Amino acid sequence: MNILVILKMVPDTVEELNVSADGKSLDSEFLRFKLNDPDEHALEQGLILKEKSGGKVTVIALDAPEVDDVLYTALAKGADRAVKIPVSQAGLGTKATAKVLSDFFSSGAGAVTPDTLVLVGTYAIDDLEGELAPMLAVHLGLPYLGVVSSVAASDHGLIVQKEFAGGLRGEFEVELPAVLGIQSAEKPPRYVPVAKVRAVMKSAKIDEVEIPAPTDTVCLDVQRSYKPEAAGRAEIFEGSPEEVADKIVDALAKSGVI
Amino acid sequence: MAKSILVLAEQLRGGISDITYEMLGAGRAIAQALGVPLEAVLLGSGTSQLASSLGAADKVFVADNPELDLAAPETVAEVVKTLVDKTGADIVLVGCTNVSLGIGSILAARSQMPLVNFCRAIKVDGGGLVCTSQLFGGKILSDVKLADGRGIIGVYPGAFPIEQGRSDRTPPTEAIDVSVQPSKIRFKQYIEPASGDVDITKQHVLVAVGRGIQTQDNVQLAEELAQALGGAVCASRPVIDQGWLPLTRQVGKSGMTVKPRVYLAFGISGAPEHWEGMQNSQCIIAVNTDPKAPIFDGAHYGAVADAVELLPILTEKVKMRKG
Repeated sequence: MNILVILKMVPDTVEELNVSADGKSLDSEFLRFKLNDPDEHALEQGLILKEKSGGKVTVIALDAPEVDDVLYTALAKGADRAVKIPVSQAGLGTKATAKVLSDFFSSGAGAVTPDTLVLVGTYAIDDLEGELAPMLAVHLGLPYLGVVSSVAASDHGLIVQKEFAGGLRGEFEVELPAVLGIQSAEKPPRYVPVAKVRAVMKSAKIDEVEIPAPTDTVCLDVQRSYKPEAAGRAEIFEGSPEEVADKIVDALAKSGVI
Repeated sequence: MAKSILVLAEQLRGGISDITYEMLGAGRAIAQALGVPLEAVLLGSGTSQLASSLGAADKVFVADNPELDLAAPETVAEVVKTLVDKTGADIVLVGCTNVSLGIGSILAARSQMPLVNFCRAIKVDGGGLVCTSQLFGGKILSDVKLADGRGIIGVYPGAFPIEQGRSDRTPPTEAIDVSVQPSKIRFKQYIEPASGDVDITKQHVLVAVGRGIQTQDNVQLAEELAQALGGAVCASRPVIDQGWLPLTRQVGKSGMTVKPRVYLAFGISGAPEHWEGMQNSQCIIAVNTDPKAPIFDGAHYGAVADAVELLPILTEKVKMRKG
């Protein structure tokens, strides 16, 4: 199987996010970037598939802060090839990102073969214009299914599980080539020691594939971005851990559960 | 000037999903403000009967066809696109749910209509619309203007009241003829949630843990508090994905929707996908090290503290109080 995993960097929401002076976009000064969570699962699912059914795993990312580390980490985990498209991801909407990636597939550096499976995180926290996987699928003329949490090779292609709600899942048969939006891999993403990543940085290299930057970067008119009303409803308990615990116990008693 | 608003009604296993009524309520408000009809489209087997509950719409287009049950997103998008071309609908509402995910994006990629995702509020502004979307795990809101009032709006579950989309009247229906092309994606069967574990939807007290619990061993600290309170432990997605608790304990979009008397959230930031599953708890008490965590915006009580440090102290105090 020719497995391609699209990796996208997103702002780390553990850090404080601020709106920049234009009042619309995120202030990039103190932003830290990390791999989008579902993308990490997409990579893991790709590696599991390769181990079980054979094939090659290629990881692909647009340019973004810290993306080289993420690509080398993917190689250290077992990916066969890492591709960086030197088009900055900053400020690109989902539509434009899907266009750049589909141009990669038609560039000669990547091609959709009959055994191609494209894995993408099922959504990202900045998907204002839509999710990447279905938009890429339209560009590539491939079938798409999202919120997938298990993928196995079968005689006719793939057997995948899609999550609904309340723990209910559906089993689907998917013919290759296809694009899947991965919610979570069937196992937790593997850990790779830093020493191994460092070794890979010395021995392997990231392929850079030039793709023209899109002319239309966004298709939506964002008028204003802001933090949700800080007022909130929560009454905050202050004090030492003991004092806080006492106040929580009082609240539990008030609710009648103790 | 807008022509009409179309809601993509969602059904699963013969039941209308709540998001459908939420969208009908939201759509009704815009339709009224713009003076245009609100229409809905319902796909799948048995939908001729199901359509009677969508009385908040002025008209329901029905394709009562078993081939459309859990059809591939591209198939559904194609049906909606054909209908939009026919009726001239300029606003399409689609649910940001697991069932419908991707349909709006495909429609946007195939038409000239933009998609505004993760929408929690919609306002009519002149001839256009302003949609408020929740981004970055609930930490940022963005107001997006659809100046010409044309677009696909991905409606976030739980953002609009269900009641406003319910109606006793029976709406007029129109059967639409859909020829379903053979798809490369075929639904085979449902996989039911595992049974035998504690049913977290039936608990009065839930002790929920998230990423802030840090290690699998620390989950035991939450277990001890749950035992002292006579409740059960549940978790947000990152903890389940790590395999620290079984799927049956997951609260949120793919997991369970719970409404306990008390929901104690330890080390949970309150991302929209989690909030969706516990927002109707009677009392929410949140503990997180990040004072800016979105969970504090909706919780009743909160404490900025380390869950791992606080849990054993709290367990002792609960035991003392209970005597």
